[in-house]
Amino acid sequence: MAYSEKVLDHYENPRNVGSFDKDSADIGTGMVGAPACGDVMKLQIRVNDQGVIEDAKFKTYGCGSAIASSSLVTEWVKGKTLDEAMALKNTQIAEELALPPVKIHCSILAEDAIKAAVADYKQKHGAGGEYVACQPVEEN
Amino acid sequence: MVKTPIYLDYSATTPVDPRVADKMIPYLTEKFGNPASRSHSFGWEADKAVEEAREQVAALVNADPKEIIWTSGATESNNLALKGAAHFYSGKGKHLITVKTEHKAVLDTCRELERQGFEVTYLGVKEDGLIDIEEFKAAIRPDTILASVMFVNNEIGVIQDIPQLGEICRSKGVIFHVDSAQAAGKVDIDLAKLKVDLMSFSGHKVYGPKGIGALYVRRKPRVRLEAQMHGGGHERGMRSGTLPTHQIVGMGEAFAIAKREMHAENERIRMLRDKLFKGVSDIEEVHLNGDMESRIAGNLNVSFNFVEGESLIMAIKDLAVSSGSACTSASLEPSYVLKALGRNDELAHSSIRFTIGRFTTEEEIDYAVKLLHEKIGKLREMSPLWEMYKDGIDLDTVQWAAH
Repeated sequence: MAYSEKVLDHYENPRNVGSFDKDSADIGTGMVGAPACGDVMKLQIRVNDQGVIEDAKFKTYGCGSAIASSSLVTEWVKGKTLDEAMALKNTQIAEELALPPVKIHCSILAEDAIKAAVADYKQKHGAGGEYVACQPVEEN
Repeated sequence: MVKTPIYLDYSATTPVDPRVADKMIPYLTEKFGNPASRSHSFGWEADKAVEEAREQVAALVNADPKEIIWTSGATESNNLALKGAAHFYSGKGKHLITVKTEHKAVLDTCRELERQGFEVTYLGVKEDGLIDIEEFKAAIRPDTILASVMFVNNEIGVIQDIPQLGEICRSKGVIFHVDSAQAAGKVDIDLAKLKVDLMSFSGHKVYGPKGIGALYVRRKPRVRLEAQMHGGGHERGMRSGTLPTHQIVGMGEAFAIAKREMHAENERIRMLRDKLFKGVSDIEEVHLNGDMESRIAGNLNVSFNFVEGESLIMAIKDLAVSSGSACTSASLEPSYVLKALGRNDELAHSSIRFTIGRFTTEEEIDYAVKLLHEKIGKLREMSPLWEMYKDGIDLDTVQWAAH
């Protein structure tokens, strides 16, 4: 399968690989996907008192497109407010990385991951509202 | 300095041996006659070459040249064997037996026969990839007409017990077809001893050209087939179509070379394969897929747990390898062969098939081992599953959100 240059760049030089302490109060963690589907994404955000995402890290088990999607998202959410991060759409990710149709689910997973991380942070801070991390995806 | 990419996918296809290519070329240019032309020397010359090649193919597997039918490849051979025999013997019964780990050329042909009203039993395999002989015996019914079992599996390289399965089939009056695409030139095949009725061969898996194969059709006791390709009545009516002389000459020469060299070659290839396996064995959580003893020399199929296969293939792009078989590597499904072995999803998604062949060098294996160590470390650093494993979390107890 031919990958776009941007996918290859993120894959070969992934940004923000790593982990934060998930029990820390200023950290939100989203883990989405399943090994059975061939991809699992863990995305973490560190949020300051103003509700702005200061830092983000990821770890991904999955194909090159899944790794690239999560790497890209960690770059994008930095400096964004939680609401701005929630507004991020998978289509933006797919477009930026020029993902082929069979890899669109990777961008959906990345969107889910950021939403799950924000939800986790909000839950820690009593904002309530549990977010269902993983929606059924149409098979291609 | 090793030249990259390094080809480690000899079960997908092999380069044509230069000795084979040399022998083929004259049959494209000056010796271009139609082997079916009986009225002039152009035809006689081509016919002679075709018959010599038939002898060469027969010689590798100890068969009578008259038992060899030329086809376009092992896929066509499998189609002709299964459909041809099922159709011819459908008056006797409508039940067939095959195995879940067969190549798609057999499985999809069986699906088609099911649509035509036949009934097919798909046997499972043990954890090592081998058939349970008792289960095979038990699957045979009074209306079973044919069983099809591959000699060597294309993904995991395991060798089935064809001698024993043949005895069982013969004693029960069941026609026995064996797909030997991955076996010819790699394991000894003696059709004078084996109770096999039909056997499929491919040219391009044995350093011959693509687009040519053969089907062995036993004469004593005689096995009959209904033709699937109709026309000029070539190949004793079993497969019409002008014979591609140059392809046939190539396959013949490739099989002749295999007969002369396969034993020495297997030793060399086995040494390299064992070196590769030893080289990756010290990486944590590496799982061998399929039995190691009953296995061809050139195959190594391992799962690098917690690393996804497609991203690993991308990371080791200096190595031409495959995850699952080449036919399924475009899909997102994990290998059905590994699933049949009972491998869990993570391991099935994490598998890589390395197949070593005639032109693989020791330097290439050393390079591969070094690269694998480097890249698997990098991908695991990036893997949340690896992190969880290292934290002592049992992944089987995690409730994953299905998507």
